[in-house]
Amino acid sequence: MAQTQHPQGVFAPWDDPAEKPIIRFQSVSKHFGDFTAIDDLTLDIYSREFFALLGPSGCGKTTLMRMLAGFEAPSEGTILLDDKDIAAVPPNQRAVNMMFQSYALFPHLNVHDNIAFGLKRSSMPKTEIPARVDEMLRLTRLEKFAKRKPHQISGGQRQRVALARSLAKAPKLLLLDEPLGALDKKLRNDTQFELMDIQERTGTTFVIVTHDQEEAMTVASRIAVMDEGRIVQVDTPDRIYETPNAVYVADFIGDVNLVHGKLHNDDQGRPSVHWGEGRTPIVGSMMDPAPAGTEVHFAVRPEKINIGTERPRDVTNCVRGKILDIAYLGNISTYHVELPSGEVFKAQATNSRRIARRSFTWEDTVWLWWSDTAGIILTR
Amino acid sequence: MTGRFSWFNATSLTFGFVFLYLPMLILIIFSFNESRLVTVWAGFSTKWYGELFQNEAFLDAAWVTLKVAFWSSTFATVLGTIAAYVMVRSGRFLGRTLFSGMIYAPLVMPEVITGLSLLLFFIAIGMDRGATTIILAHTTFSMCYVSVVVSSRLASFDRSLEEAALDLGCTPFDAFFSVTLPIIAPAVISGWLLAFTLSLDDLVIASFTTGPSSTTLPIKIFSAVRLGVSPEINALSTIMIGLVTIGVISASLASRGLIARREKEERLAQK
Repeated sequence: MAQTQHPQGVFAPWDDPAEKPIIRFQSVSKHFGDFTAIDDLTLDIYSREFFALLGPSGCGKTTLMRMLAGFEAPSEGTILLDDKDIAAVPPNQRAVNMMFQSYALFPHLNVHDNIAFGLKRSSMPKTEIPARVDEMLRLTRLEKFAKRKPHQISGGQRQRVALARSLAKAPKLLLLDEPLGALDKKLRNDTQFELMDIQERTGTTFVIVTHDQEEAMTVASRIAVMDEGRIVQVDTPDRIYETPNAVYVADFIGDVNLVHGKLHNDDQGRPSVHWGEGRTPIVGSMMDPAPAGTEVHFAVRPEKINIGTERPRDVTNCVRGKILDIAYLGNISTYHVELPSGEVFKAQATNSRRIARRSFTWEDTVWLWWSDTAGIILTR
Repeated sequence: MTGRFSWFNATSLTFGFVFLYLPMLILIIFSFNESRLVTVWAGFSTKWYGELFQNEAFLDAAWVTLKVAFWSSTFATVLGTIAAYVMVRSGRFLGRTLFSGMIYAPLVMPEVITGLSLLLFFIAIGMDRGATTIILAHTTFSMCYVSVVVSSRLASFDRSLEEAALDLGCTPFDAFFSVTLPIIAPAVISGWLLAFTLSLDDLVIASFTTGPSSTTLPIKIFSAVRLGVSPEINALSTIMIGLVTIGVISASLASRGLIARREKEERLAQK
């Protein structure tokens, strides 16, 4: 993850009480007529962060970004940039730049003039502009294309022009609206690393909007998972994945097995989930304790479930079922295993052996087991 | 386009073009007639062209027409573009449909009514009729055409281009002139050309709003023809047909070349 790449130790300003956020959303709401796009949202973003707003379309993430850029004003609440309320500041006077989803390159200007566009309207002396444009061209490896018009370059190059143009004015904050949506998968993966690299080199705070959880996991230092105008969880990618605080987050990020049941504490005091008469309760970890008897969900990732033909000894959580389906993905396989009670569990295993030597296949009875800290018990 | 030859198609094509162009062809042929009698061929001559350029009245009328067309189309383009921009950009407000309907209404209004109402208006405010009143009248009716052309372009215009300009430090005014206008320029130019043509062409509204001192070419031709068609008018019309033909052909060649070049560049860019 991005923060572990910092040589001077872990980058985690959100854990440091002395650190001041660069952006503060304070009880911000936004209504469009009867529709509530943002619902009483409070959020802090720190300087030099690569912050991802993640959620399905219509969850309010784009509205949130447009409020930062100045194209929408909050209906209630305040947004502070460097401790100053930015509600009254028009977009052309904000130290915030945006990279648009459509790139919004000016078709009548060449690459050089597109990048210089914002600089010509800043306080930068005219003589310094060419040097700054050249610097941006070098940063995005576009030197050869300076004289081309946007329609004369490829999609990936256009994306880099858009990035160079939005970075040219050295904004305090760069907003990226689905920046890689128009690129094909291979180019997208390369570009993600390029983005991270540029973000670290320029030291700019990036806020990215995306619906692609893989992209958010790759680039972001922190992710805010949004649903219907609210933030469900804000955390680092690993904690979002390992310790989601809600079924919504667990289900949205990656693949997950969910079991519904009632919370109990077993004889050793560990939290466990009763999920049906006559079944051994499932033991898992729990972040926020809740009283026994609460309706809960147990969530466990498929790759944390082991699969085998023999019943293992000394494991707390173990179920038996029949293989319903196998999704072979080359490096890994996902097994869909149906329990006698009808639930289907997904278990993932790396294909360390050739497929012909696999010891179980469709219709075989197998055992699934996982450790007592592999899964998490969620109250919502 | 690549269908097989058929007699039906060939015949309908021939009839269609004969219907469209035979009258003009006859006009062109008789403009080179030696005789003053329009319907009797007496040999080839270009003398009527020479006489046309001696005729002060026609030359004056042509000059007035061009002046009126230039100024009215320019004003119409400015007003029509502003109207289109406001209608497309202002979003929903009470009475929006009424306003946009009112912009387009003059398109379907009979010219006689437009002309008459303008005449009454100019009399009411005590304005002397002449070139100025024709310019005002032409601006009024041709700005609707401009606004139709420009608003269809604006409707397909990517709004984020303007937002990007604002984001990069433009005032809304600056954004319009440095981003929006250059991009919609082709539509604005074709709006101007349309207004220019409409003004050149107009007889009805011009004759309502003209004064004794300024006669436009269509008025001049119309009044001359009432006294009998002269070969001079044939010559004048031939010149106008020639100019229009050259204009249309060169415009279509230019735009075709532009499109072809752009497509080629886009193909190259993806490699």
